[in-house]
Amino acid sequence: MAHYLARRLIIAIPSLLGISIVLFTVLALAPGDPFEELASNPAVPPEVRASLRAQFGLDDPIYARYLHWLLAMLQGDWGFSFASRVNTDTLILQRLPTTLFVIGSAQVLALIIALPVGVYAATRPYSVFDQIANTLAFVGFSLPTFFTGLLFILVFSIYLDWLPFVYSDVTATGWRWYWEHIRQALMPIAVLGLFQGASMTRYVRSSVLDMIRLDHVTTARSKGLAEGTVVVKHVVRNAMIPVVTLVALQMPIVFGGAIVTEQIFRIPGIGSLLISAILANDTPVIMAVTFVFACLVILFNLIADVLYGWLDPRIAYR
Amino acid sequence: MAERLLEIKGLKTHFATDDGMVRSVDGVDLSIDRGETVGVVGESGCGKTVTALSVLKLIAMPPGRIVAGQILWQGRDLVPLGADEMRKIRAKEIAIVFQEPMTSLNPVYTVGDQIAEVIRLHEGLGRKAALDRAAEMLRVVNIPNPQRRVHDYPHQFSGGMRQRVMIAMALSCKPKLLIADEPTTALDVTIQAQILELLAEMKSTFGMAVMLITHAMGVVAETAQRVVVMYAGKVVEEAPVGELFRAPRHPYTQGLIRSIPRIDTASVKKTRLEAIAGVVPSLLDPPAGCRFAPRCRHARAACLEAMPALREVGPGHKVACIL
Repeated sequence: MAHYLARRLIIAIPSLLGISIVLFTVLALAPGDPFEELASNPAVPPEVRASLRAQFGLDDPIYARYLHWLLAMLQGDWGFSFASRVNTDTLILQRLPTTLFVIGSAQVLALIIALPVGVYAATRPYSVFDQIANTLAFVGFSLPTFFTGLLFILVFSIYLDWLPFVYSDVTATGWRWYWEHIRQALMPIAVLGLFQGASMTRYVRSSVLDMIRLDHVTTARSKGLAEGTVVVKHVVRNAMIPVVTLVALQMPIVFGGAIVTEQIFRIPGIGSLLISAILANDTPVIMAVTFVFACLVILFNLIADVLYGWLDPRIAYR
Repeated sequence: MAERLLEIKGLKTHFATDDGMVRSVDGVDLSIDRGETVGVVGESGCGKTVTALSVLKLIAMPPGRIVAGQILWQGRDLVPLGADEMRKIRAKEIAIVFQEPMTSLNPVYTVGDQIAEVIRLHEGLGRKAALDRAAEMLRVVNIPNPQRRVHDYPHQFSGGMRQRVMIAMALSCKPKLLIADEPTTALDVTIQAQILELLAEMKSTFGMAVMLITHAMGVVAETAQRVVVMYAGKVVEEAPVGELFRAPRHPYTQGLIRSIPRIDTASVKKTRLEAIAGVVPSLLDPPAGCRFAPRCRHARAACLEAMPALREVGPGHKVACIL
């Protein structure tokens, strides 16, 4: 197991290197320049701009800049934000917990919805419950998060006035501080979680439906086990194996959705950091944030592989 | 007279499909005494498996449904029994071994856990004790290294070994009746012989009755005392095994026996192996009359009018044929 993990982590290194090369090249080739705004500033003569560019190595060939970035990265230097004049890693570390909290809670919410609903629907296929669950799931994953997000804001913030519609600085202290944080996180979590939950419900349902017909389920019933035990022990456990893969494959989409949602609710997470960095041509920050996303996706795939091996003994950790 | 364990009376199990009602089992009478081995023979699709699954009420409902008949287990009718009552009978009183050993075990649990699961459920043993019993059962069915093998997963066993595991699981609560639903069909010939031998050995060890479902006449000849021949959802003939092979009365039984390759006569006379012409009729709204009539070489006008009832033609020998 430990050996397997170590091997998988080593395999992840070339993937990350490849991703970073592609990202870096694309960003370097993209038009735009972090010092563009200086061009319109009459107080900054063109020579100063040129020397700034030279100082930050922007005139070097791409491979030299990449090697420079890589070496710095390996030493823990994530670069310097041109726009906010702060180290990139500080920026990211400030915002990463918020994003992870929202995405993590949304995933938990999705699982809490998808597992029971999907399993129950599959044990009673084509029943009223199943039909309703299917329809809602279909609606759920057909509606984009930017639409449901605005809808939620309209209903819960503007009409009902229950929840704050964007993130703002929390001034309260003690328990109130936590409460305010939870209150402003509720809508984004619900939007992302319901969207995820909808597609997950369909995965769970179809996977359980596939399993429930198998011979070993009849064997389990022939043992005299209660129907609930049969479903939980001999159907759901087996049905989780393909679901884990699908959920892992969805992680990039989840992060993509989170970027949009963060924008709508003004969540100070790394998604909105990425967008503002793109708007400001802040290449080091764009590079660092996309790289963090890449690492997270690889990490979740690794977790999925470990789970996969744990759920299915036919897969050996070799 | 021996104690009657199971008595099936006029059992009808039908399946609702998009095309109509499929009468998979359409009036089956069958009985099994304590300690007896009864062979149930017939072609694929004649209702043998559905009969077996009906006894344990393992038919998927819907689409399946037991429409009529009684299943008397030691005098008590199982048909109206609730799910909870039925669960106490499954594995504890009546156990079943399925045809497909490759898919009948859950791939994600060790065989030990799967056997122990039954023992814990019905005997109320703890985890450790149940696992010890599971290992003991693996030893009983002649699996080498049982103490180590209990911790193995099904994919680490061959087909024949998995069928041994299934038998060990079925016998672990010492049921009074073991239903073996084509236990050797999916296995190759040498393994088939081993599994049949094992079943016979288990029978003498545990003294349970066996309902052996098969389409192979040869298997029945070797193991059963009494044979029930099924055709298209009905019993067409029932007789002690010797009598059935010596003097089969129903043309279908005669056809089945003639279709067994025989090394003694075939090699000498070079006779052609006879097959029964045609296929099993659709059980979707079958016509009145004897269901075998369309394939029967002796069929006459009267055969098409009404399904002949089972009638006694000798001691313990019943046949549903007007001839």
